[in-house]
Amino acid sequence: MIRDVSLIWQNADRLLDGLTNTVILSLVGATLALVFGALVAIALMASNRAVRLTSRGLVDLMRCVPFLMLVYLVYYGLPRLGLRFDSWTAGLVAIVIYNTAYMAEIIRGIWSRLERETIEAGIAFGFHGWKLVARIVMPQIFLAAAPMIGNQLIQIIKDTAFLTIIAVPELTHAANSIQAQYFIPFATFLSAVLLYWALCMVVELGVFVVERIAEKRR
Amino acid sequence: MTEAATETRDPPVLEISGLTKTFGDRIVLDGVSLSVARGQTVCLLGPSGSGKSTLLRCVNWLETPDQGAIYLSGERMGIRKGGVVPMGNGELARLRMRMGTVFQHFNLWPHMSVLQNIIEAPIHVQKRRRDEVIAEAEALLENVGLSDKRDAFPSRLSGGQKQRVGIARALAMKPELLLFDEPTSALDPELVGEVIAVMKTLSQGGSTMLVVTHEMGFARETADKVVLMDAGRIVEEGEPEVFFGRPKTERARQFLQRYVSA
Repeated sequence: MIRDVSLIWQNADRLLDGLTNTVILSLVGATLALVFGALVAIALMASNRAVRLTSRGLVDLMRCVPFLMLVYLVYYGLPRLGLRFDSWTAGLVAIVIYNTAYMAEIIRGIWSRLERETIEAGIAFGFHGWKLVARIVMPQIFLAAAPMIGNQLIQIIKDTAFLTIIAVPELTHAANSIQAQYFIPFATFLSAVLLYWALCMVVELGVFVVERIAEKRR
Repeated sequence: MTEAATETRDPPVLEISGLTKTFGDRIVLDGVSLSVARGQTVCLLGPSGSGKSTLLRCVNWLETPDQGAIYLSGERMGIRKGGVVPMGNGELARLRMRMGTVFQHFNLWPHMSVLQNIIEAPIHVQKRRRDEVIAEAEALLENVGLSDKRDAFPSRLSGGQKQRVGIARALAMKPELLLFDEPTSALDPELVGEVIAVMKTLSQGGSTMLVVTHEMGFARETADKVVLMDAGRIVEEGEPEVFFGRPKTERARQFLQRYVSA
């Protein structure tokens, strides 16, 4: 066991490289998904029926596709249409597409429960269009949505593990290659699990901080 | 197109003529005409459901009236020149930013501090200079007695404090017209006085105000004109001494009997 631990220690840089990729993929993926999700949420709340139904259809479709299937589709399927990504980019694209639907649904849910009155006050004071959404609507939504967005971020972190299937050099991939080389599955996978756990704790801490900020503002 | 009549007489700040509004088959406003001159305080009284709040909401086009016209200092609200094509949101916003609205339930923006609430629209809608707006906002907060709450968030304030912030927020727009929609109805009785005091000061300071209220004392002491509405129509309007002392209509007498307990 001591030998296992020292082998892990010697290969710590590989695990950390994997962790770095997991962090980057998750954060960039979640941020882009949140931005696109907010835009899709605007479409989901649109007064135009065609826009509303189209976006609703796309979101529902995305929520019914297994993530792994979407990864396959992006990495192996899209080249058929002339869209060829390296595995890292394909992984990111899959994360963003998949989670845009979830983020949109989170934002729409909170938006529809948001008190109409504060938005009306914005209109009465001359806000309209994009400024109304960006300054009056969205800040309230993000403060209220922080716990759910945090949950989704944890989901994204865990989903990045699937990307090992298309050889994205993330944490699971790194762990797998170390254990395959030295045959020390327990120590390697346990190390990876602990790193995932630590990552999620950081996310939880972030949610806690945002919650504290939000509490004063509702 | 500027009216040539400016040297003879200014148009009233607010002119409402023949306003009609229905919700489904319920007639909420039935041909209401009303005008508010510069510096006047006009109080709209009436039982709940009489259409007062709807009338106020039509003035800044939060509700779209079915018929009739509203003019802000002579400019038609909600309909483009020519009188047919409805205005877009941007055009409406340019007129709305010339009014300040105070809401029954305050409707402060909860994610912003007191100061941010006040400076938000002047900076981002009226595009005025930030440092200038902040200085004015601080002066307004002092006027409503809330300088110490500058950086507090609305959730930490009492109802009376929230409403005074609401008034400061409306005043920061340097509005031609102030609209008050039952500003004290959501307040605990002991907090009504502090809001009424601020409104009295404003009225005496020459602000142009249209006030929907159930505060008969305020209407009696402060209004230049009192308007009684019932079932979507104006049933009586006049100076407060006449309205409260010698009402002309039977409906007004009934109303006063019920609402002014002697």
